[in-house]
Amino acid sequence: MRFGVVVFPGTWSDCDFHYVISEVIRQPVKYVWHRDRNLDDLDCIVLPGGFSYGDYLRAGAVAGRSPVVEALPEFLSRGGLVLGSCNGFQILCEAGLLPGALMRNECLQYRCQSTHVVVDNVETPFTRALRPGQVLQMPISHGEGKYHADIETVRALRAHNQIVFRYATAEGKVTKAANPNGSLDNIAGIVNAEGTVLGLMPHPERAAESAMGGTDGLLLFHSLLGSLVEDGTFSKR
Amino acid sequence: MTHAVEPKVTLDLARGLGLTADEYDRIIERLGREPSYTELGLFSALWSEHCAYKHSKVFLRRLPQTGRRVLQGPGENAGAIDIGDGWAVVFKIESHNHPSFIEPFQGAATGVGGILRDIFTMGARPIALLDSLRFGDPADPRTRRLIDGVVSGISWYGNCFGCPTVGGEIAFAPEYAGNPLVNVMCVGLVRADRIFRARAEGVGNPVFYVGNKTGRDGIHGATMASATFDEHAEERRPTVQVGDPFTEKLLLEACLEAMASGVVVGIQDMGAAGLACCTSEMPARSGMGMAVELSSVPQREEGMTPYELLLSESQERMLIVAARGQEAALQQIFAKWELDAVSIGQVTDGGDLVVRHRGDQVAHVPIEALAEAPMYEKPYAAPAWLRERQAFDPLSLPEPSDLGAALLDVLASPTIASKQWAFRQYDQQVGINTLVLPGSDAAVLRVKGTRRAIAVSTDGNGRQVFLDPRRGAALAVCEAARNVSCAGGQPLGVTDCMNFGSPERPDILWQFAEAIEGIAEACRALELPVVGGNVSLYNETSGAAILPTPVIGVVGLLEDAGQLATQWFKGAGERIALLGPDAVSLGGSEYLWARHGRLAGTLAALDLETERRVQAAVRAAIGSGLVTAAHDCAEGGLAVALAESCITGREPMGCDVTLGAEGRRDQALFGEGPSRVVVAVEASRQREFEALMAESAIPWRWLGTTGGDRLRLRMGSTTIVDLGLDSVEHAWRNGFEHHMA
Repeated sequence: MRFGVVVFPGTWSDCDFHYVISEVIRQPVKYVWHRDRNLDDLDCIVLPGGFSYGDYLRAGAVAGRSPVVEALPEFLSRGGLVLGSCNGFQILCEAGLLPGALMRNECLQYRCQSTHVVVDNVETPFTRALRPGQVLQMPISHGEGKYHADIETVRALRAHNQIVFRYATAEGKVTKAANPNGSLDNIAGIVNAEGTVLGLMPHPERAAESAMGGTDGLLLFHSLLGSLVEDGTFSKR
Repeated sequence: MTHAVEPKVTLDLARGLGLTADEYDRIIERLGREPSYTELGLFSALWSEHCAYKHSKVFLRRLPQTGRRVLQGPGENAGAIDIGDGWAVVFKIESHNHPSFIEPFQGAATGVGGILRDIFTMGARPIALLDSLRFGDPADPRTRRLIDGVVSGISWYGNCFGCPTVGGEIAFAPEYAGNPLVNVMCVGLVRADRIFRARAEGVGNPVFYVGNKTGRDGIHGATMASATFDEHAEERRPTVQVGDPFTEKLLLEACLEAMASGVVVGIQDMGAAGLACCTSEMPARSGMGMAVELSSVPQREEGMTPYELLLSESQERMLIVAARGQEAALQQIFAKWELDAVSIGQVTDGGDLVVRHRGDQVAHVPIEALAEAPMYEKPYAAPAWLRERQAFDPLSLPEPSDLGAALLDVLASPTIASKQWAFRQYDQQVGINTLVLPGSDAAVLRVKGTRRAIAVSTDGNGRQVFLDPRRGAALAVCEAARNVSCAGGQPLGVTDCMNFGSPERPDILWQFAEAIEGIAEACRALELPVVGGNVSLYNETSGAAILPTPVIGVVGLLEDAGQLATQWFKGAGERIALLGPDAVSLGGSEYLWARHGRLAGTLAALDLETERRVQAAVRAAIGSGLVTAAHDCAEGGLAVALAESCITGREPMGCDVTLGAEGRRDQALFGEGPSRVVVAVEASRQREFEALMAESAIPWRWLGTTGGDRLRLRMGSTTIVDLGLDSVEHAWRNGFEHHMA
């Protein structure tokens, strides 16, 4: 699977994703500059964490209108997949590729900590290697990760099973105390209606090696790799 | 000239800019004439204590600065140490105390920005930040405002830039209430043969201004940092700079890309005294001259005078000497990152700095004159009041009846208690190198592509230095190095940040001189070169000085990243040992402060040879996989070290320990002494461990066993502390945080 890791001015998880893709899961990967529109030779685009354009206007607002993001609908229409983590999730919401918005954390402070998320939807290319209700441990690092959407949008998300990850306890209980940022419904990650765009606040690339404290984040990549077997169908574990 | 009318140069004006009458005379003598206003500004900045170290240089020369692994010692933007496999670490600590008191958020933020630039100017990618902070009592709302501002500022800048904050310490004492300390250390990684230096080489090479535009912020910041505060400190707010971490991130990427492409000859950060400092220090290092045209400088305000352009401390700017003929390549790289890169002059021979503004010459001075600020060796003497403080015997105080309650008090003391409130606001992992997060003795970061890792720690105890500057400063070196050893790292190099009051007072200068001696002694004994650092003097408000606070940063190397140790107990039924001597004192201890509100007494003796051997033994035990935990025994004594080992891991793990046979129980619990480390050993490896300790020729003894959910401490056959770990953890977790919540 050929990965492209997008670099905006101010992106900082680009090198980390690049390292995990090339050194841990050993797949071809290249950086994609934010001005590039040509994504022809790629299967999966990663929008990494960071502070694109300093997030000075609103997190992800400027990057959400950049040439590379404008090229994403066409990329998706020919079968591409898009994974946005942290700032990448914020950019996808700003670009309208995912519904809702990410607001300032309820505590009004930045939060860098380990979190647990429970998996609600294993029918996506990003979660096919997981069991329903499985709990993953991945760190967060953000100041604006409180997911919000209007009630119709949330109903639609639920109806179409688009809520993929929710903050939970280590045992998988979705509680207020397990919610690090005040997200609506403990939402940590969602997909678009087609299931081809995933946005999540946690950092899977920081949980991809046991030396870094855990490998749960790798399961997202394993799902992606399993998703492209010979005839284009998905293989399930 | 077309710019605004300049004030007439007089002695009074020079004094107002922080120069003395003698220094003013010396400038006239050196130039053979009265300086112009712009020239006077250059001298006032470059001859400030902050830039010239004029009161401290004679002492700093006493520090050991060389070693087999030293690639760059003091005198550049940062020091560099060879860590093998072709890699080097570049590191330095710097203070931003004065700006942080005036404007805590931006003061601390730009402190982070400044030290990051010092590291990437050397060609290194910053991989770790550590913050050493000192405040007054967090129960005071004014102090809480400072803490909140400083921590938010660090969080904002470091997180946005994308360098993890992996360590540091926060300590509290009333002496810092009017003058908090914000010291930031940064570590970067670079190929050992690709280190860049701040030298202006090659006559005719173009001089490029890159990065942010220049405004009027921070003018005379260096001079402000070289004076004491009074009740008008707030009025100095305009001298604090405003940071832009996004631009700094772009500057990092552009600079590293330009360096890799071979177009950069020399590069320096425009930090303190901005353009004035760069245009004189870069040619001074190479014996060259420089000619610049100020109207070419990118500006974000209108009508800036030459004086303002030279002395502005606007952030996120660099001066680059480029290779002639490579101008277009350099500009292309900076254009890609949407940054200004403008040629403002060239390197000249002859050794003069010639500054023009719209063609008019506004300054023409020999660079040597700017670089050679007067050096002072002012008189110093031990203060008379010190003996009285030292004479106090802590054992004259009654022993507490409830020692468990005393332990909970010490654990809840803000200096000892968990600092998670601050650290969870910092990104600790970006770069995916952090193997040991904040919360153990030292942070450990891997070096990707190798088996190696580095361990980093900062330390400094103002109370100990106050009571005995020489021993206290030596202890700071030992403790920072011990922290690194406890992670399994071989300490390789030191950076020091010397925070003191006014050197013009003999007692303060004595503290400084003694502290330097202590650092030098410890560094020689542990074979640690001091490769860079920072001096912050005049830390006084309305005549009251801070506790003398040298903060020591140590970087160490693990040849095998897999052989690292952390401080917390991991399994039940393991044997606990104390390595090091039994000699401890309650003088200057956290217990004496937290329980009795006293800062008095004498410190326990320090034997540097024992220190060296204990650290070597700890590293040997970790390296051979014999210990499952290692924890430095420092503030709060043995009781606090054991409590921390019980509660800081993933799962709490109790212990049952016999401290000794007899004696004062409070001293056995809370007495502080050097060269002491608590370790845990699997029962099956006890014999091997004993054999290794015998070889190491150090004092040591078995203390007890891990297990259960209680912290049980005995003297002889008597249990003196028996606490549930939940109450221990509650005290430690909330002691600081409840103030901030």
